[in-house]
Amino acid sequence: MVTTTTSTKGIGTREREQPIVLPGGGLSGKGGNGSSGNGGGGGHGGDRQFRDDRGRLGMWVGLASILMLFTALTSAYIVRAGLSDDWRPIQAPGFLWASTALILASSVTVHLAHRAIKGFEVKTYTLWVIVTGLLGLGFLTTQLLAWRQLVSQGVYLASNPHSSFFYVLTGTHAVHLLGGILGLVYLLARTWNKLTAREAILKRQKAAGVIALYWHFMDGLWVYLFLLLFLWR
Amino acid sequence: MTGRALAVVIWLLTVFSVGLFFMGWWFPPSISEHGPAYDQQFLITIIVVGISFVLAQIGLGYMVWRYRDTGRGERALYSHGSNTLEMTWTVITAVIFISLAVLGQRVWASLHFQSAPPGTAQIEVVAQQFQWNFHYPGADKQFGRTDPKLISDADLNFVGLDQSDAPAKDDAVVASIAVPLNRPVELTLRAKDVTHSFWVPQLRFKQDLVPGMNIKVHFTANKPGKYELACAELCGQFHFKMKSYMIVIPANEYDELVALPQAQFQARMGELLKKYQ
Amino acid sequence: MAEAEAVHATHAEGVHRHPAPTSFIRKYIFSIDHKVIGIQYLLLAMASVFVGMFLSILMRLNLTWPGTTWPILGTLFPAGAPNGVMQPEFYLSLVTMHGTMMVFFVLTTAPQGGFGNYFLPIQIGADDMAFPTLNMLSFWVTLCGFIVLISALFVEGGAPIGGWTAYPTLSAIGAAAGPGQGMGMNLWITSIAIFCMGSLLGALNFITTLLNMRARGLSLMRMPLTCWSWFTTAVLALLAFPVLLAAGILLFLDREAGTSFFIPGGLVISDRLLSSHKGGSPILWQHLFWFFGHPEVYIAILPGMGATSHILSTFARKPVFGYRAMVFAMFGIGLLGFFVWGHHMFISGMSPYSGMAFSILTLSIGVPSAIKTFNWLGTLWGGRIRFTSPMLFAIGFVSLFVAGGITGLVLGQTTLDLSMHDTYFVLAHFHLVMGVAAIFGIFAGIYFWFPKMFGRMMNERLGHLHFWVTFVGVYVIFAPMHIMGIVGMPRRYAQFTEYDFLKPLHSLVLLVTIGVIVTASIQLVFLFNFFWSMFKGRRAGDNPWEATTLEWSTPSPPPHDNFAGIPPVVYRGSYEFSVPGAPKDFIMQTEPEPGEAGEVADREGSSGNGHNDHKH
Repeated sequence: MVTTTTSTKGIGTREREQPIVLPGGGLSGKGGNGSSGNGGGGGHGGDRQFRDDRGRLGMWVGLASILMLFTALTSAYIVRAGLSDDWRPIQAPGFLWASTALILASSVTVHLAHRAIKGFEVKTYTLWVIVTGLLGLGFLTTQLLAWRQLVSQGVYLASNPHSSFFYVLTGTHAVHLLGGILGLVYLLARTWNKLTAREAILKRQKAAGVIALYWHFMDGLWVYLFLLLFLWR
Repeated sequence: MTGRALAVVIWLLTVFSVGLFFMGWWFPPSISEHGPAYDQQFLITIIVVGISFVLAQIGLGYMVWRYRDTGRGERALYSHGSNTLEMTWTVITAVIFISLAVLGQRVWASLHFQSAPPGTAQIEVVAQQFQWNFHYPGADKQFGRTDPKLISDADLNFVGLDQSDAPAKDDAVVASIAVPLNRPVELTLRAKDVTHSFWVPQLRFKQDLVPGMNIKVHFTANKPGKYELACAELCGQFHFKMKSYMIVIPANEYDELVALPQAQFQARMGELLKKYQ
Repeated sequence: MAEAEAVHATHAEGVHRHPAPTSFIRKYIFSIDHKVIGIQYLLLAMASVFVGMFLSILMRLNLTWPGTTWPILGTLFPAGAPNGVMQPEFYLSLVTMHGTMMVFFVLTTAPQGGFGNYFLPIQIGADDMAFPTLNMLSFWVTLCGFIVLISALFVEGGAPIGGWTAYPTLSAIGAAAGPGQGMGMNLWITSIAIFCMGSLLGALNFITTLLNMRARGLSLMRMPLTCWSWFTTAVLALLAFPVLLAAGILLFLDREAGTSFFIPGGLVISDRLLSSHKGGSPILWQHLFWFFGHPEVYIAILPGMGATSHILSTFARKPVFGYRAMVFAMFGIGLLGFFVWGHHMFISGMSPYSGMAFSILTLSIGVPSAIKTFNWLGTLWGGRIRFTSPMLFAIGFVSLFVAGGITGLVLGQTTLDLSMHDTYFVLAHFHLVMGVAAIFGIFAGIYFWFPKMFGRMMNERLGHLHFWVTFVGVYVIFAPMHIMGIVGMPRRYAQFTEYDFLKPLHSLVLLVTIGVIVTASIQLVFLFNFFWSMFKGRRAGDNPWEATTLEWSTPSPPPHDNFAGIPPVVYRGSYEFSVPGAPKDFIMQTEPEPGEAGEVADREGSSGNGHNDHKH
């Protein structure tokens, strides 16, 4: 099965994160393989070759597209900064430091939540999910305050390219973070029914893992945006 | 039956398409120095394209003619392909296509990578929705200052020329362009409102005029006459009417013309437009 | 059929993640069944393609007989065609709407959203997409986008006049730039943004489904090429649409919030200085747009390539020639597609050095495209071709793909683009390759999969008629356009009345228009065939084409969970036709090797230690 494995890597998908067991070898089909192949060896793999991990995989794929959105905005940012003489760097509003602290903390708490559910500690898990959600709301609040702060200084969306990009980038990020908070609400909603069966917990583990992944990504994205907006150049 | 008919139709359509291309040299005659090189590159390319097109269509027609199901229950050839063939056609097409790509940079390079030689005639082109303006520097060969704030179509100041600036005094702004024969010309292209594109088919190039940019392009016209100038980038409602003329006139006539002040310049231009039909 | 239903009923609850819906609304309207969603996408595309085609006929009428009075238009569009005479801005709004509908709501929607949705899960042996609810959402989001787009036709000023590429500053400065650039343009951007989101959700679903839900034994290299093409397309969409979305957001802010991403300072519109903007770059939009726009071309054509490979192999009764090369070529095209966007911008004022790099990369895309063509011919070579309607369209696809693609060698050269840019040559090139060839792929797919989708055959005789007229028609339409381009006829001109050098082309213009009218009329035959066959067509069995892949191993139409509760197991590659010694001239993927079926149970858990017959 050498061929199949290499080609999987070659196409640059997320499969490497996925311990997907590809179909095993076995009796070859009739005729050729290789470039002429009928798709590699014959036969049949293990009983189920794919661990059902579509939530996590789907999230990685989704994150790729979000990453692409911000890559596009970044390239626009760099090009626009490079060609203009009207670029007036704005001062980072103080609230942004609070934002950063909050979102970094929330990454820790979402990790704790994920760890708790993996250890089947449902109560601790619920607690950390709530804390994460509150930290997330805190982040959005400080973002709002930062915008207010800028507005009170007379820095608006259309004031100059840097402020335009500041509002666009933070706004787009905030919308995505809001999605993360909805995800947390979903996790909470699922703890509502007091199912303690192993199956139910396993499902929650999966969901928590997926949301935690998203949340960490939003955290990393924020740090990146902060650096781009205020430390680049 | 269907197979043979399909093969014949494919071949007929091939003949039709290729026939259309080779019915004549469809380009308008070239009037610029780089024109012949352009035409040669086009000819090389269209021959490569034509041969590939014809071979592929003949091949396709042959396959459907030859390998139709005869209903006699014979099996098709059981083959999954051939690595040798794959390698062969990959290498061959890569060599042909990449060589074409490299060849296809020559005229581009001569137009864009070499700056205009000294003594090149300078003309500013300022496009606006549905109208061309050509700004000549006058006898002092220096363009007067322009400012968008001064633009006023009502006062016929289409390019915003600042009359208080000394070099502006002898500048002329007209609606058609005259260029000297066999002498390099450099255009500085600007747009007032939206993107336009400078396009004289006989010149064998076009160039966008982009708001906020000064784009320079140079060429040498080598055949006197009057040519239609079109806008080639969608610029709004009356895009199809954004027309002007370019006249190529002997260098001495050109020198006389550009030394004239605005009013006489315009009058003389009118005469020249009538003279070259 | 009845049996299948019964089997289905007994198995469905235990296996399928969502039970079969019973109410009409959940079954046909807000369905989360990928098959219903696939058909919904197809119908949306069909509605869109007929509107788009109608618009193109109006455009041809106006170009051929400018200033003519068409009384009916005066009634339909009192503003755009007062007293029935089409105005230039009306013509340009037709251009914009035609392009946008065809590119987004037909070429992106039908092959991927339609066939991909319906057949990707079945061909990989899954019971549905990975995220069925998300799948439903993608469709409804897309439909919203379509409704918003259509509404642009009916607002004050009409639809935008900037073309589907919406270059600023024409698109960025509002109604001052021309009719349709006000509200119409806002609706256009909104529609595109909505469409982007729908496509992204769809792409996410496709990728996850393909990677995570394949049947036992279905290794990547055993998948049908259609699955590869949907997968590649989904990857392209996933990476390209966010860029368009970003560009759309910035453009919208430029228009409505006074920012200056794309608008430079010192603009004078209709003799009025625009002092509120400063420093932006119109070229920036072009970069973002084409970074999306070029992969979009492949989003349109790749599924057609996949379907063509699949159908050629099936009806030539031969394995696909060079399967592996086909897969790599597809990925090669997709990958290179991300590095050539600059060839749309040679004359835009972009650096001439990057133009050169883009040009060389562009021509190298010709290599994987040629590989595909050679392999299609190789697939036909030595075959026993059955000339069914889907096969005719697949062969037509090959012919048109060559005809349209090969002129890319002209346009991809910086030098030659100097003259060809924005002329009818470009129009001919991309219509043939991404428009007509892709549509032929869609037609091939419809004729091929119709029996599976509706359990009935389409009428072959009408199918043949449809093919012959369309195939000849598109050549008659688009071959002369190359000539117009060489002569220098610019695109997006509402009339050719102003220029002397365009006058000799009138007979060609007329020829094209006649071609359009004939070709468009014959599509009505297709439409009739489609709906008539749905109810009156000859009943199709499970496998009317004697094909090999998984969708043909299940009833037509497939039960709610596709395989009636018994997940299929795959034993071989997708295209085992005419295997010497086999009893029939095709072996289905689900057919075990003789004597192997019983082994399945024994062999479980012993994966990866079998023989390996690779010869490389």
